[in-house]
Amino acid sequence: MTTPLLELSGLTKAYPGVVANSEVSFDIARGEVHALLGENGAGKSTLVKTIYGLVQPDAGRMRLDGKPFAPAEPRAARASGVAMVFQHFSLFDAMNVAENVALGMEEPPALNRLAQQIREVSNAYGLPLDPDRIVGDLSAGERQRVEIVRCLLQEPRLLIMDEPTSVLTPQEVEILFETLRKLREEGVSILYISHKLEEIRTICDSATILRHGKVVGKCDPKTTAARDMAEQMVGATLATPSRSLGNTGEVVLQLTGLSAPAPRAFGTALRDIDLELRAGEVLGIGGVAGNGQDELAMALSGEMPVAPRMIRMKGREIGGLGVTARRHMGLLCAPEERMGHAAAPDMSLTENALLTAGPREDLVRHGFLRWGRARDYAERVIERFDVRTPGPGTAARALSGGNLQKFVIGREIMQRPEVLVVNQPTWGVDAAAAATIRQALLDLAEAGAALIVISQDLDELMEISDRFAALNGGALSAPRPAEGLGIHEIGMMLGGAHDMAPAHGEG
Amino acid sequence: MIRLERRPEPSRAWTFATPFVAVALTMVAGGLMFAMLGKDPVEAIRTIFWDPLFGDFASYSRPQLLVKAGPLILIAIGLSMGFRAGIWNIGAEGQYILGAICAAAMGLAIYPAETWLVFPAMILAGALGGILWAMIPALLKVRFGTNEVLVSLMLVYVAEALLASMALGLLRNPEGMGFPGSRNLAQYPSAANLDLIPGTGLHWGVALALIAVIVGQVVMTRHQLGFRVRLAGQSPRAAVFGGVNPGWLIVVCMGISGGLAGLAGMFEVAGPAGRLSIDFNVGYGFTAIIVAFLGRLNPIGILLAGLLMALTYIGGELAQLQMNLPLAAIQMFQGMLLFFLLAIDMLTNFSVRFGRRVVA
Repeated sequence: MTTPLLELSGLTKAYPGVVANSEVSFDIARGEVHALLGENGAGKSTLVKTIYGLVQPDAGRMRLDGKPFAPAEPRAARASGVAMVFQHFSLFDAMNVAENVALGMEEPPALNRLAQQIREVSNAYGLPLDPDRIVGDLSAGERQRVEIVRCLLQEPRLLIMDEPTSVLTPQEVEILFETLRKLREEGVSILYISHKLEEIRTICDSATILRHGKVVGKCDPKTTAARDMAEQMVGATLATPSRSLGNTGEVVLQLTGLSAPAPRAFGTALRDIDLELRAGEVLGIGGVAGNGQDELAMALSGEMPVAPRMIRMKGREIGGLGVTARRHMGLLCAPEERMGHAAAPDMSLTENALLTAGPREDLVRHGFLRWGRARDYAERVIERFDVRTPGPGTAARALSGGNLQKFVIGREIMQRPEVLVVNQPTWGVDAAAAATIRQALLDLAEAGAALIVISQDLDELMEISDRFAALNGGALSAPRPAEGLGIHEIGMMLGGAHDMAPAHGEG
Repeated sequence: MIRLERRPEPSRAWTFATPFVAVALTMVAGGLMFAMLGKDPVEAIRTIFWDPLFGDFASYSRPQLLVKAGPLILIAIGLSMGFRAGIWNIGAEGQYILGAICAAAMGLAIYPAETWLVFPAMILAGALGGILWAMIPALLKVRFGTNEVLVSLMLVYVAEALLASMALGLLRNPEGMGFPGSRNLAQYPSAANLDLIPGTGLHWGVALALIAVIVGQVVMTRHQLGFRVRLAGQSPRAAVFGGVNPGWLIVVCMGISGGLAGLAGMFEVAGPAGRLSIDFNVGYGFTAIIVAFLGRLNPIGILLAGLLMALTYIGGELAQLQMNLPLAAIQMFQGMLLFFLLAIDMLTNFSVRFGRRVVA
């Protein structure tokens, strides 16, 4: 009987006011893909950071290969053969692939030798990558390859992946899974963190479920239903969002030849987008990150003004109007990036309520702020969307990502918009909160609002959309009814695997 | 090992404690410096902080406190608005000079007519001069994306050259025997900015500085402009999303700080200074930057910081006179104040942890 690659026993880590991990114990066997499941705030990140040496546990032990393992910093973890691909890439847009890889290495070889190694490793694992390309020009999927290849060059024995598929098209996910299978065959263990239960059922050999920092279950994902796993994560039964389908009304929002240059370097230009949006309908817009989602959202919100005739709301040309004027008309927007875009991190929730709700909730009179009303409004959002926080005086940055997301989406929904544009409404939000947000969006549509939901989570889009369209290189495909749309068709609408045809099965 | 850990929220306690700790540390480090210069540190600190208020010559130096603090506070209130929004007007000294030149020119144009309109007209001219000078870096930044730090700073030197030219040429006193400098406005009753209560140093400019503190406080806490200013400073992207037009904000903030600096110049040239001379400006515009930060960019804090800074100026002069301390040592002492303030300020957002990290 071989010893497991990594044994965790009794790991405990407390932060002021919250126990992130409590007596966490489980093993990761050699050559297995092990899923780590849990809601936001269940303690997954803390646990992974402990293994990677970013966090020191208060109690408990780890053993790697049967030997005590207590990395004081990521460098020590990497030296022991633990590598990690983070959810957020740490890449420099202006540098090329090889330079970026070199930056993450302890003792990088000469760049031309490194480039050679990158080619070899990336081809061997079916993730072709050109070391000379500038990272700013790469798609999200290709950027992830850079991170993965950087890890593979260190010949890891344990590879930790945090939400690796959130930025990939279905085809790209398939390519990634091929790579993971190859690694598994070579005896590499993979700790795989994801919210997407169907993926976990496809690729993972075993799963550990965390809730409130404790291990609440272990299962074989191949034989356990996704719903059972979700309910173990949440600790309650889940409600599926529901709506009575579609009496869509008249056209409220009309885009005609919407084009705009890229607002910043490595941004995406919008190319000739035509669209009609009717009251009461939900239009889902899919696409791989970086294909114009942010730019489209900014053109609609008014942050990036365009020619007046390009956007019409109820017949009125509004392309040239600013953010506040559009809010007055009932066109609201919730951007993807919570910290620093949808919310000001250092400001309180009350102040963040003022950020967007001023015009419609009458929070400003004669230029003076009505703090009492703003606080009331923040409290109502907190109440209705179950935002876990001590109160409206708390700074936005003190909230977990999921809770802040509930707040910024709730803040827009409760202003009774006529058109609501949301970008990644449930990104990084746990299953229960995601269900709440989706239901609230559907209720809004039922009440007659028109919704544009931009998301990279295709399951989500299929669940709530009436029509589906895809952004690809700043152009929008013609919307198609979401019902009956197959995963392969969607993949093709998204632009397939972005000409990144894999080496799998061909070479 | 010492580590800094980011606090989830800014510490309120440290926000208030920072200036006091910084002053205390400045006294310690400054005392050490004075000791190394061979002076009695306790006496030096006392001369700087105590004597101007309660020493033998206090009846002379106490009014000076308000005369010096007034322009510092007035300018710093304006600067703090921009600084909070991330708009760095470093050229208040130049806007101060232009305010003085325009106000003096207005007054001298009307001279010697005696009418109550002279003073308000000079106030208007002073404010306008400061605003226009500030619009140069503001509009260049909005239109061409130039760096306002560089442009506003460089314009200080242009303003100084302009001042010299005015004092020697256009605005020179025709009855001044050819000496440089304008007529003495303090001796022109309609234009004179005299003490409101004789012998206190409380002139119109000081009164306006106090009003600016109150208005500044109300705007920053209760008005949409203050909210937008803070928002733009903290998260520019969120500010745009919140409906702030960055270009508009730059023009407004530069205009306010330039206008207040211009006003400070007007009150100075019509009162304490009296006339426009080559060496009219003494660095209020630069010192106000320190005052703004020392006061945590908060109007009430700026009021206190302005008084403290004025105190170190007057006390510093006393120390030079009585203890023969070099000017450089006094300036270094003032520099320490800003240095410690910014260093301690770190503790508002970070907590210090001592000892090795615990390894299980």
